[in-house]
Amino acid sequence: MSTVFGQVVKRREDPRFITGRGQYTDDVQLPGMLYAAILRSPHAHARIVSLDVEGAKRVPGVVAIYTGRDLAEPMGTVPTAWIPPESSLKTPPHHALAVDKVRYVGDGVAMVVADSRYAARDALDLISVQYEVLPAVVNQVEAMRDGAPVLHEEAPDNVAFHWQIGNVTDEVFNQAEVVVRHTIRQQRLVPNPMEPRASVAQYNPATGELTVWVTSQNPHIHRFILSGILGIPEHRLRVVATDVGGGFGAKIAVYPDEALVAFAAMDLGRPVKWTEDRREHFLATTHGRDHVEELELAGTRDGRIQAIRVRAYANMGAYLSTAAPGVPTILFGLIVPGPYTIPYVGVDVYGVFTNTTPTDAYRGAGRPEATYLLERMVDLYAREIRMDPVEVRRRNLIPADEFPYHTPTGLEYDSGNYHLALSRALDMADYDGFRRKQQELRAQGRHVGVGVTTYVEICGLGPSQVAGAVGFQGGLWESSTVRVHPTGKVTVFTGSSPHGQGEETTFAQIVADKLGVPVEDVEVVHGDTARISMGWGTYGSRTTPVAGSALAVALDRVLEKARRIAAHMLEVSTEDVECADGQFYAKGAPSRSVSFQDVALQAHMAWNLPQGVEPSLEAQAFYDPANFTYSFGTHICMVEVDTDTGDVRIDRYIAVDDCGRVINPMIAEGQVHGGIVQGIGQALWEGAVYDEQGQLVTGTLMDYAMPKARFFPNFETAFTETPSPHNPLGVKGIGETGTIAATPTVVNAVLDALAPFGVREIQMPLTPERVWRSIQEGGQRS
Amino acid sequence: MIPQAFAYRRASSVAEAIAILQEDSGAKLLAGGHSLLPLMKMRLANPATLVDISGVKELRGIQRVGDEMVIGALTTHAEVAKHPLIRTHLPALAEAAARIGDLQVRNRGTIGGNLAHADPSSDLPAVAIAYDARLTVMGPAGRDVLAAEDFFLGPMVTALPDGQVISSVAVPIPASNTRSAYVKCPHPASGYAVVGVAAAVAVSADGTVEHARISVTGAADCAYRARQVEEALVGKTASLETVHEAAQYAAEDGWIGSDVYASEEYRRHLCCVYTKRVLQKVLL
Ligand SMILES: Cc1cc2nc3c(=O)[nH]c(=O)nc-3n(C[C@H](O)[C@H](O)[C@H](O)COP(=O)(O)OP(=O)(O)OC[C@H]3O[C@@H](n4cnc5c(N)ncnc54)[C@H](O)[C@@H]3O)c2cc1C
Repeated sequence: MSTVFGQVVKRREDPRFITGRGQYTDDVQLPGMLYAAILRSPHAHARIVSLDVEGAKRVPGVVAIYTGRDLAEPMGTVPTAWIPPESSLKTPPHHALAVDKVRYVGDGVAMVVADSRYAARDALDLISVQYEVLPAVVNQVEAMRDGAPVLHEEAPDNVAFHWQIGNVTDEVFNQAEVVVRHTIRQQRLVPNPMEPRASVAQYNPATGELTVWVTSQNPHIHRFILSGILGIPEHRLRVVATDVGGGFGAKIAVYPDEALVAFAAMDLGRPVKWTEDRREHFLATTHGRDHVEELELAGTRDGRIQAIRVRAYANMGAYLSTAAPGVPTILFGLIVPGPYTIPYVGVDVYGVFTNTTPTDAYRGAGRPEATYLLERMVDLYAREIRMDPVEVRRRNLIPADEFPYHTPTGLEYDSGNYHLALSRALDMADYDGFRRKQQELRAQGRHVGVGVTTYVEICGLGPSQVAGAVGFQGGLWESSTVRVHPTGKVTVFTGSSPHGQGEETTFAQIVADKLGVPVEDVEVVHGDTARISMGWGTYGSRTTPVAGSALAVALDRVLEKARRIAAHMLEVSTEDVECADGQFYAKGAPSRSVSFQDVALQAHMAWNLPQGVEPSLEAQAFYDPANFTYSFGTHICMVEVDTDTGDVRIDRYIAVDDCGRVINPMIAEGQVHGGIVQGIGQALWEGAVYDEQGQLVTGTLMDYAMPKARFFPNFETAFTETPSPHNPLGVKGIGETGTIAATPTVVNAVLDALAPFGVREIQMPLTPERVWRSIQEGGQRS
Repeated sequence: MIPQAFAYRRASSVAEAIAILQEDSGAKLLAGGHSLLPLMKMRLANPATLVDISGVKELRGIQRVGDEMVIGALTTHAEVAKHPLIRTHLPALAEAAARIGDLQVRNRGTIGGNLAHADPSSDLPAVAIAYDARLTVMGPAGRDVLAAEDFFLGPMVTALPDGQVISSVAVPIPASNTRSAYVKCPHPASGYAVVGVAAAVAVSADGTVEHARISVTGAADCAYRARQVEEALVGKTASLETVHEAAQYAAEDGWIGSDVYASEEYRRHLCCVYTKRVLQKVLL
């Protein structure tokens, strides 16, 4: 067989991206197109007393202005699509534009449609809104207190849901030799993909068809939900999201904005475009994380973890975004025991409304939160029992011979060799050598530290039955169509919706590997509901394990039919046909062969097909995975802290990840790099900060610090390969591992460096000032 | 992030720019646009007219004139950073210019625009003060010279009279026994100085500090001269003790502020740390 699977193939999508030839939503230009701008609330919480659009209407070029009252009737509300069972979830209505009350800075109040972007923007300044400002609450713990401002009358205590899982009892903690207690806060993050959100809508009154181009990670979900909000039948609604410039979870959600644009296009009979600017992105695109967690770990003196108990308060923002309730519950709570054999687990989560931008999935979605708290607690426990943190991990990692492994939270880990990844990473890092050097440097007054994270990630979302059981309002299977053209060229239609990850390349490699055709002969089509029958999108590290598997199944069907046709052409029985490198041979007579291209041509000519074989060469598969897949690995970071300023310098970063079989090592490594950068962004720099009035004070790229290349050393990466036993490719997921592992790795490294000062906690992001203060305060305490 | 409508006029000489500023009170000069345009996109500045001076040749170029380096207001940060005479004679200016923002910013942003804009976190004000630079400004009544030290009055407030144009910046070439440097703690988001310290210090043959000018930017409402540090240096032996002793006073001459990134207390501390570092560079 060909060896293209597992080889470095340069990303085929990149030439168009890096030469400015991508077709992003904002690149769509249609004749007669109008431009929308959305007036957003400047207050975190206020009643709309009056709203006057007359002045704005007089701006030359303004075509229409819509307010919340205008649209409450004709448009449906924006739904939440994840309803965890037994969580008393409240779903107060989320109108596309606020009707009586605004609930966060950025909440939509009115939409202007004009013949230029400039006119639309100018008109916003002339809409006069009288607000009665109400007290606001931005912190989830405060929002639950008596007397806190109430956002929605449906949730008088601001609790959007309360969800629990686990088997832990007080008994376990009462009898434990060692109990470690700690509270941590995981700050709020702004996703900031390079491409902001955008939408273009075009309505054809003659056919009743509506086309919506939108920056989406899941165009079919967009179609499903938009059809409900707009009352348009799904078969008349086409959603296109071909080139999407990053999403990181923020482009999963269906926002009011694309529904508004579509409504205006239908109402006005002209195409309408809206593109958010970066400032708007900070306010009106979902944020990530924002947890407060009270934690308890029980263990023995000799390093065996017996129980972990978590009470988490998740800040949901002002409304429940599309997938939001699933993030701090299912995607978080189930993985709290991580890669360890922890017999008792308890997770108790409150999702809380506050006067802030809604939160939702952000790269890793729930799993980084779980990994962060667990890895922090393991290090604190190690410190408590005076054991090396690596040794504690060694004693608790699930052994390789215990897979499939059942967690107390009901997951079945498919396969793994956690000790192998750990020892590989320790070797690369020369961990023992570093520990010796650390002693020497400490004696010289220099503060270096090392952090080690062992993690496991739920990937490959997921079996649809499980999706239903956990309240996800959709399936999680994937579709794939493989169409072989008469010349033997291949078009693949995938229901997943890559937006930068590189599947136009890796999926072509899967095809090339199976059919023996060159990678160049394969085209991968995604992101258009008119071309692809169905799909659930790209998120949750699912594209390769689920859509890739769908592709593999469809390819097997194509190959099976091709083999029958080849047998007929070679005049042998199907069992006597062998296939290698795109050639079909008669067994034992390799000189007699037909090529895949010959077969494709015959399949289409259909002059002489075997009995009962239909013309053409095309197959479709709908693949529902049997289980999730579980990637895992070990990350190690070494830092030095400048104790004069609190600056943290990253000296080395080592990542050993296992995502099952690797299709393209370069692309996998690229995903790891990006993930690490984003994870360290949370550890050291990023943080959305609200003031008491609910104003986002880090609301531009001049004060919200995104990671930059110059902040990092070269990463040292490697892979171990433990195939997933339950999908045809043996693959897992790689898109989120870096983000999941990097945050605790770096924070633990810094805390290790500062151990001599007795520092146990520094609030993320670990800004130089916070690090410096912790040294001052720790130094005083010890 | 779309600005309000504005008129655009291109000036071909300083005189023409001055004339437009006089007839149109809503007009503002546009040089590299890297401070003004972001403000306009946020609608924090809404000038009725932009007077583009980027084509005015007389405002360009770097020359040595006698004992001074004369830098045209339109000279970009990148040009300043790589100019051989500046690197030789005014290393702190070259270092500061080289660390402004990113490549694009350095290729467009100008020294005149940077000083006129007077962002409290800008790098160049500190260097201009430490080198005792003079700004040549032109207005309807002719030419005037302002000392950098007296130029910065508050956040984005300067002594530049309305309707005037900075035409060049003259920096005296320090005596040969002077050493100078600029150190900076960059903000991780913007790259601007959380604290930046410029020092120009002359040491006599016997190792005594003869002369010192120290300026701090980023920490306060505008760049300031750290006079108490200078006083603690002059007449002392150039030693680690002297440096430590003097650096303690680094925050004493400015109105040190707080923001979401760094508190007043921490900024004061950074002033001392970075002053220590810059003095170690030039003295030890
Ligand atoms: C992303 C980014 C990062 C940055 N990082 C830094 C940094 O780290 N350090 C730093 O110091 N700066 C930084 N800057 C600012 C940069 O240096 C600007 O270029 C500079 O401050 C302004 O110069 P300009 O030529 O772009 O001026 P403009 O934006 O064109 O003008 C700024 C102001 O000065 C006035 N003006 C311009 N020229 C003259 C003149 N000759 N006479 C009188 N008035 C004039 C204008 O009317 C306007 O009010 C950054 C900017 C950006 C966008």
